Amino acid sequence: MSKLSDVERIKTDSRHLRGSLSESLEAAITGALAEDDTQLSKFHGIYQQDDRDLRAERKRQKLEPAYSFMIRARVPGGLCTPAQWLNMDRVATEYANGSIRLTTRQAFQLHGVIKRRLKATVAGINAAMMDTLAACGDVNRNVMAPPLSSSNRVYAAVQQHARELSDHLTPATGAYHEIWLDGEKLPTPEVEPIYGDTYLPRKFKTAFVIPPQNDTDIFAQDLGFIAIVEDDQLIGYNVTVGGGMGMSHGEPATYPRLADQLGFVSVEDHLKVGEAVVTTQRDYGDRTNRKHARLKYTIDDRGIEWLRDEVARRAGVELQAPRPFEFVANGDAYGWQQDEAGAWHYLFFVENGRVSDVGERRLLSGLRAIAKLDVGEFRLTPNQNLTISNLSDAQKATVSALLAEYGITNSDRASALRLNSMACVAMPTCSLAMAESERYLPDLVSKLDAAMNAAGLDNEAITIRMTGCPNGCARPYIAEIGLVGKGPGTYNLYLGAGFAGDRLGCLYRENINEAEILAALTPLFEAYAADREPDEHFGRFCIRTGVIREVTAGLNFHGAAA
Amino acid sequence: MSATASSLQFPLSHDQARRVEDAFTGLDASQLQWLSGYAAGLAASGVATAPAIAPQADVGETWTILYGSQTGNGEGIASRLADDARARGYTVKLASLADYKPSALKKETLASFIISTHGEGDPPDDAELVHEFLLSAKAPGLEKLRYNVLALGDSSYVNFCQTGREFDARLAELGGERLTSIVECDVDFQDAAGEWAEATFNALPEPANVASVGPQLRAVPDAPVFDRNTPLLAEVQTVQRITGRDSSKSVYHVELSLDDSGLLYAPGDSLAVMPVNPPALVDEVLDVTGIDGDTTVDVDGQTIALREALSTKLEITALSLPFLTAWAAHSNDASLEALAAGDNKEALSDLIDSHQVIDILHRFPASVDGQSLADSLRRLAPRSYSIASSLTANPDEVHLTVAEVAYEAFDRPHWGSASTYLGRRLEEGDRVAVYVETNNRFRLPDNPEAPIIMIGPGTGVAPFRAFVEERAEQEASGRNWLFFGERNFDSDFLYQLEWLRHLKQGSLERLDVAFSRDQAEKIYVQHRIRDNAAELVRWIDDGAHVYVCGDAKHMAPDVHAALRDALVAQRGVDADTAEQALKDLRQQGRYQRDVY
Repeated sequence: MSKLSDVERIKTDSRHLRGSLSESLEAAITGALAEDDTQLSKFHGIYQQDDRDLRAERKRQKLEPAYSFMIRARVPGGLCTPAQWLNMDRVATEYANGSIRLTTRQAFQLHGVIKRRLKATVAGINAAMMDTLAACGDVNRNVMAPPLSSSNRVYAAVQQHARELSDHLTPATGAYHEIWLDGEKLPTPEVEPIYGDTYLPRKFKTAFVIPPQNDTDIFAQDLGFIAIVEDDQLIGYNVTVGGGMGMSHGEPATYPRLADQLGFVSVEDHLKVGEAVVTTQRDYGDRTNRKHARLKYTIDDRGIEWLRDEVARRAGVELQAPRPFEFVANGDAYGWQQDEAGAWHYLFFVENGRVSDVGERRLLSGLRAIAKLDVGEFRLTPNQNLTISNLSDAQKATVSALLAEYGITNSDRASALRLNSMACVAMPTCSLAMAESERYLPDLVSKLDAAMNAAGLDNEAITIRMTGCPNGCARPYIAEIGLVGKGPGTYNLYLGAGFAGDRLGCLYRENINEAEILAALTPLFEAYAADREPDEHFGRFCIRTGVIREVTAGLNFHGAAA
Repeated sequence: MSATASSLQFPLSHDQARRVEDAFTGLDASQLQWLSGYAAGLAASGVATAPAIAPQADVGETWTILYGSQTGNGEGIASRLADDARARGYTVKLASLADYKPSALKKETLASFIISTHGEGDPPDDAELVHEFLLSAKAPGLEKLRYNVLALGDSSYVNFCQTGREFDARLAELGGERLTSIVECDVDFQDAAGEWAEATFNALPEPANVASVGPQLRAVPDAPVFDRNTPLLAEVQTVQRITGRDSSKSVYHVELSLDDSGLLYAPGDSLAVMPVNPPALVDEVLDVTGIDGDTTVDVDGQTIALREALSTKLEITALSLPFLTAWAAHSNDASLEALAAGDNKEALSDLIDSHQVIDILHRFPASVDGQSLADSLRRLAPRSYSIASSLTANPDEVHLTVAEVAYEAFDRPHWGSASTYLGRRLEEGDRVAVYVETNNRFRLPDNPEAPIIMIGPGTGVAPFRAFVEERAEQEASGRNWLFFGERNFDSDFLYQLEWLRHLKQGSLERLDVAFSRDQAEKIYVQHRIRDNAAELVRWIDDGAHVYVCGDAKHMAPDVHAALRDALVAQRGVDADTAEQALKDLRQQGRYQRDVY
């Protein structure tokens, strides 16, 4: 037996995620947590970071790094009320850096919260019936669900299932209340019915999706539920397992992988099946190597048939053959749309999910004004965008006026490439980042727009995603243009992924800078403009014309399967 | 020869060895070094048996030389006077007022007092007990006493030399007879102190048994002695701002190289730095007075350009009473004259605190020539910084922690001369004139096992960096506890990384911090002392030495009150008993302060 990873020791000793977090918060001589506690805080939705722009300077000043914390608040299914939005706005303004970030998992992220304000921030989030528990860590994280569907009835049913599963998989520990909300200390430790004392071997991601939009990128999830709709009725789900983006540069044993379909289950069985997948991974996932601990590796090590049998046995549910469905895109469907009940929804672009006031586009203030109307809903999308939903005709008019007043509708004029772009946070706060991402992608998109326009691809939708490291928070391996940070100013370029998030990209150029990125893509844009077939997306074109090899499974992401 | 052979054996008799050992007890490194040179000088002169021992035996009257000062200047003057006196054949008893029993005063017949004044007219810590005794109703008649006083002070304070004046007046009131009149020294004390010493010798009868000690026996030490007149020109190695970019203040860590100068210091000592005034300020002084900077002036017998004098010889930042008096005459301004006359001390004090020389030049215009300007200004005095490094831990280096003084007032910039010089104007490779000011009243315990409690907010933390480095280097087993305070945690936690490392390594046992501006209510070190009263008193009961360094006006009294309250609360005694306990600690050298 190999030795368990050190995080396993920390979890085991933590008394259900308590560790010495309370003491760490009290220690006034440092803005950091004790080292072990930095692992445990993640389970509470809190990441210790530091301003990397200041690292060297502060070291010379004999000061510790400028530590601050990223706090992630769960929003199951991305659905929040105007009151919750206002509360998050208040907390961000009062305790964080004054901006709200919408994440690729439909959660809220606040950045720049210093240690002595952490408790107040978590308490502030809690005041609006939201929490940060299990937003990170080796547990099931925020459960995703589509923000929109052509059928409001199907949307509502899927939302409810997502919320049920989220609740079902939330850790039972009282640590969260004790540490952050001054809750009573329990005399005897509670039982973690699903996770046990050591939780999962690694993070675990779950999503629901309603075809034909693959907006939640169902194949990038450990556990997925594809809604199967017949006659406008939700009849069940095709369950998917084993998706995941993370890999490490230079370690071919790590790779992104798209999920397999496990089988069809009827609506009433989704909780049982979901729990069975989680507990199987809990018991069989690799706890010795964190780079080999996600469900995707468990499946590649043991086989999908093994998992299917194990899940069926644990859930007591027979998995039927998957039902047919079709995906068309993994981006968001922008603009106003009306559902069958007559309610209006407006989905709009939020560049890299950053909600702040920049120039004429005063997102933060505008959304505050809209939230104060206290009408409709705010729905966070899986592509870091936002929907103002469930508006009557009259409300639509009021909201439209505010959207225009605050310059929010300006994004309707953004290029198709920009509207299909996504970047992770990266520098300066993320400790994993090797290169810029959020601060850089908007500029790069402008330059690529120019190249596309020159090639005559004025408004062609191509998905482009950038991350500062290979862990893949912005899911770059399933974007037609994937850019993954390698070092300061340099990226690996991946091409050939499916427009609907249904095929992985393949490494095209390694370690290239901006000039090289432009030099690599410009001739491809020209060729695509000249030679594409009708309705052929850029990723597919690159494969058909031999620009890049087609990746058919995670195991051959780095090269042909052995 | 046999003498040589025997000197290879242990050269001293048992009795001699014991006396030598006694004599050396309590001396610091630089004193020992000086003595080694002195002894070598004696040996080389060939009349080694002559001095010190023979004349003292027959002298009837003992001349008691007492000193009390905060910086070590008083001690320096006193010990030079004592050396001189012994060399001339007097029987001398040299002591710090801190070690002097007040009741012994009534037995004295001949005494000289060298006393500084602290802050706004307060006695230095060392002199506090004797001062209190002397001014109280308990003070005895001193009809047998002949005495004189050398008062040290800083004329930028209104109650300049106040403690010295009080001693001088009160000793007379109690029946003492003045040997000479009091001499008051400003920060630039050397000449006045020398004249006072000569006057003292002139007033005294020849000693009963004049020593046959010629001047050739004034030993020449081999270790160089650096002082005001012969400072070390130390090379600047590093100037690093150590407050973060968003800080409300600029604090610099300055490292100077000692090369192979042989300059020695111990933790607790200060470094005197000869500043150079800000060039922009020199320009402004020339501008407002309308005098050409190339005009030559006489300063201390040297003829130099006025610009040069204003840069390196004359005080053009801090105000002093003599300057105000002189300028009142030049400007013919009745209001300034009235202020300088000192009738309204509060107004005068406010003026000195809030204004600099340049403000007076602007506010009270006068037509003066270069020489009159130079004559009205005080001599530029060295600035003292508590040394922030241990020489053991940093061989050949001395480190300072310098808070920059720079602010706007009356619509014009104001600067501190030394802080801006050290922090902003010096660059690596430049040389700066420095010398060590020994401070034997601020020393680590001799016992390495004794715990220490260090209270040093702001740049008051500087000597404690030296203390902790020294104790770490010596692997002293005594526990070290530091209280630190500043405005903001994020930007002002001076030497944070080093403290965290010391904590990790065990060379710091506890660190309690107070950041006043990180929350609505102001929190200072004294609050942390109160928070930790029980533990702190346990440490004191375990023999801890308590050190306080930093601001004298507010911090030191507040900390003192917090210490007293801690004793009251933990020992269940009344305030007077707690005060007495702190006095006892002070008497035992277990409560030492370096406050300014």
